[in-house]
Amino acid sequence: MASEQPAPAEQWLDDHGTVLYRYALLRLRDSDQAEEAVQETLLAALQAWSRYSGNASVRTWLIGILKHKILDQFRREAREQGLPDPQETVPDDTDSPFNSREHWAPRLASWGDPEAALQDSQFWRILQECLDRLPPRLARLFVLREVHEDETKEICQELAISPTNLWTMLYRARMRLRQCLDTNWVG
Amino acid sequence: MLTCKQASELISEHQERPLTRRERWGLTLHLAICISCRRFKRQLGLLRQALRQLAHSDRENLPGPELPPQARQRIRRSLNEHDPHSSE
Repeated sequence: MASEQPAPAEQWLDDHGTVLYRYALLRLRDSDQAEEAVQETLLAALQAWSRYSGNASVRTWLIGILKHKILDQFRREAREQGLPDPQETVPDDTDSPFNSREHWAPRLASWGDPEAALQDSQFWRILQECLDRLPPRLARLFVLREVHEDETKEICQELAISPTNLWTMLYRARMRLRQCLDTNWVG
Repeated sequence: MLTCKQASELISEHQERPLTRRERWGLTLHLAICISCRRFKRQLGLLRQALRQLAHSDRENLPGPELPPQARQRIRRSLNEHDPHSSE
């Protein structure tokens, strides 16, 4: 049902601005881009207000619009800059966690109880830092998969890459994150 | 026998796709004798769980980044410019 009321866009900004911003920041990992995405979302919502059905809460509706904006941004970047440069994602040989026989060297240390880690504020702070240290495009890809929970198939279509390629890049992202946490959180 | 590198690749890929019988068998054998790879598997599990949890951490009742006031101002202005009904 179309609404006859003028769109209360400023109210949206007051009520949902921070939620939208956090949502965008987590996924885009860039504060300027996150602000931009919030603005574009509210402007788009203003245009689309007459089509808002009222079935979803306003917040859910706004987040739906924001999600599209973020995916647009990912697509645009993939088009303009291409995929993560393979060179950029390959760790230095000196950083390899494996020895010449492809065994872990040194052996991996235990991280203790995972449930305890999730309660540890240090863990969360360092996780954020480690995410920020990933090469940017690799971080995008990883976030698309893990935070957005987009299916592998969709991501491959979206970015026009083969599944094998995607698996390799996700593996590299996970290896880097694991190493970073191991050094800065456990170590 | 798989190397640790091969095993770690399979552990990561298993988060993306089902493994073949052969891969599953090889990985099970390797994990049985390799404590580092068992730890690696748990660590990747934790990473995934943490990222999923992070995805839902944008709720406003949790401490976290706020939309900066200047950005809020700028967005407010641009909404007013675009809204014909708005009474500024």
